[in-house]
Amino acid sequence: MNAVGEAKRWYWQRISAMVLALCVVVHVAGMIYAVRGGLSAAEILGRTRGNLAFAAFYTTFVLACVVHVPIGLAKIFEEWLSMSRFLAITTSKLFTIMILFLGLRAVYGVYAG
Amino acid sequence: MSIANTATLKVSVWRGKARGAFTTYEVPRRESQTVLDVVTYIQRNLEPGLAYRFACRVGMCGSCAMTVNGRARWTCRTHVSKVAIDERLEIAPLANLPVIRDLATDMRDFFDKWARAKGQFKGSLTRYDDFAVVEPESKQRRAASAGIECIGCGVCHASCDVVAWRPDYLGPAALNRAWTLVNDVRDKAQTERLRAVAGDAGCHACHTQGSCNERCPKQIEPTAGIAGLKRLTALAALRGELD
Repeated sequence: MNAVGEAKRWYWQRISAMVLALCVVVHVAGMIYAVRGGLSAAEILGRTRGNLAFAAFYTTFVLACVVHVPIGLAKIFEEWLSMSRFLAITTSKLFTIMILFLGLRAVYGVYAG
Repeated sequence: MSIANTATLKVSVWRGKARGAFTTYEVPRRESQTVLDVVTYIQRNLEPGLAYRFACRVGMCGSCAMTVNGRARWTCRTHVSKVAIDERLEIAPLANLPVIRDLATDMRDFFDKWARAKGQFKGSLTRYDDFAVVEPESKQRRAASAGIECIGCGVCHASCDVVAWRPDYLGPAALNRAWTLVNDVRDKAQTERLRAVAGDAGCHACHTQGSCNERCPKQIEPTAGIAGLKRLTALAALRGELD
């Protein structure tokens, strides 16, 4: 029976969606503010290097993606690509690892780089 | 709208089973003619072997739903003037259900899903107990009332993409039935029902696309009930009641 698992995945996806909605608004607003009068790599790094608030915010963003994305991807794999449940979940787990690694690597890169 | 006595409709009707073809018939156009009138005319005058299903003709029994010009509809309450394009109709059996023959589909799987979703009322009172008091304005009674008028026509089931993708998905009608019972304060099989409707063949498969809401001839919103089931199953899972 997968009832408990599905119910839990549903609320985790809901909670992570709420976090993501907030993160996306802050992210887009931050970008609009930051690009006033042009933007260079040096300017970005000047703001992000050693900035703990920035690192914490984007770490939260990445973790919310890590929770949210695989749940939806597994459904898409199953329904649109006709994958078996096992294969769909395994493939989505690979995406989870990729998002986690690439996301946190990027946060670390602009914080400490 | 006044219609000339000589006007005719060109009606393509599905003949066969899962494999078959459309046959075109010419049917006299009448005022206030329904799609069911058209099918009945064909069966009585042009094609006696045509298989289709109807009973009440007034939108109560839910047996005459068909695909009309690509959309699932109740044919007894669908006027030709509303759906004909250039005086043409294409009438096919409901989608997502096995075709028995022509326009008649096998509804067994559809109603078996109601049973799987624990669509039966399970009370605990006997004839010796007093009537249960259900406050008409209570939140639960209003939620049940919103879904209770389902006539089981299968239009939502035929219109649902998720049913097409996942044949084991309970579908909007069965889940709507479960939702009305979940909101019935007299029912005593609530945990059992939540267990039955949770899972990837249950309410969690719904993508909230809303085709069922749009096409339900009784203006029921199964999507709202399914969202309610998702909330309740989440709470039940948190409390460990689904284990």
